[in-house]
Amino acid sequence: MSLRSPLGRVLGLGAAKEGAGHWWAQRVSSVALIFLTLWFLFALAALGDFSYPAVVTWMGSPLNAVLLTLLIITTVYHTQLGLQVVVEDYVAGPGPKILTMLAINFILVLLAGLGVFSVLRVAFGAVA
Amino acid sequence: MAIRAKPLSPFLHYRWQYSNTLSILNRLTGIALSVGLVLFIYWLVAIASGAEAYEAALPVFAHPLTRFLLIAWTFSFFYHLLNGIRHLAWDMGYGFDKKIARATGWACFIGALLFTALYWGVLASQLGGAA
Repeated sequence: MSLRSPLGRVLGLGAAKEGAGHWWAQRVSSVALIFLTLWFLFALAALGDFSYPAVVTWMGSPLNAVLLTLLIITTVYHTQLGLQVVVEDYVAGPGPKILTMLAINFILVLLAGLGVFSVLRVAFGAVA
Repeated sequence: MAIRAKPLSPFLHYRWQYSNTLSILNRLTGIALSVGLVLFIYWLVAIASGAEAYEAALPVFAHPLTRFLLIAWTFSFFYHLLNGIRHLAWDMGYGFDKKIARATGWACFIGALLFTALYWGVLASQLGGAA
């Protein structure tokens, strides 16, 4: 007779404590990034000489601003998921593992904040 | 008392092959791209900081070392993209046949080299050698 609770059996997660959520999130963000990154590469190539007015005009268009924001958020999310696996694989011991992951997460959230705020600042016309 | 040999992790006794190099390259390019993310955000912050700040940041991007890194990141991106699509195909159960897996591995590597050359060719023609 099993000592597992009915709820535990239904959830079926066992000692791993979580299911395929991380794996699935990585795939979904990767599919989104196929489109977002290719759009960004084409947009960059079309920017011409990268002069300031050209860049600001490009970033000021609503479609470009939204796609750039989505690109930043999805990239940071996908990066977080990927680096987490690397840290789990190569950083030994729970202490260093948690500290490395904390540092990476703080830096990534900071980068996301800076990126999104910058795009919105230009898009809302605060830069001339 | 005899000390029994401890079991070794697979990577310590499997023969090194190019296929596992290509596999590790996916992770290495992912880590490289994570670092490249910092420069991408720096570019966005420079744009949002006004024309003067942007002009001041341009030499950073024109620096030969940055140019080299940008090209390396472009290769990393294309390899990670192509190999990522390869992984998605594997996830759906396609491409596991040994011959196909090896061919697609090479295709990712060579494709990434080609796309990188092509992209920088386009960029160079856009910039007209000015920057």
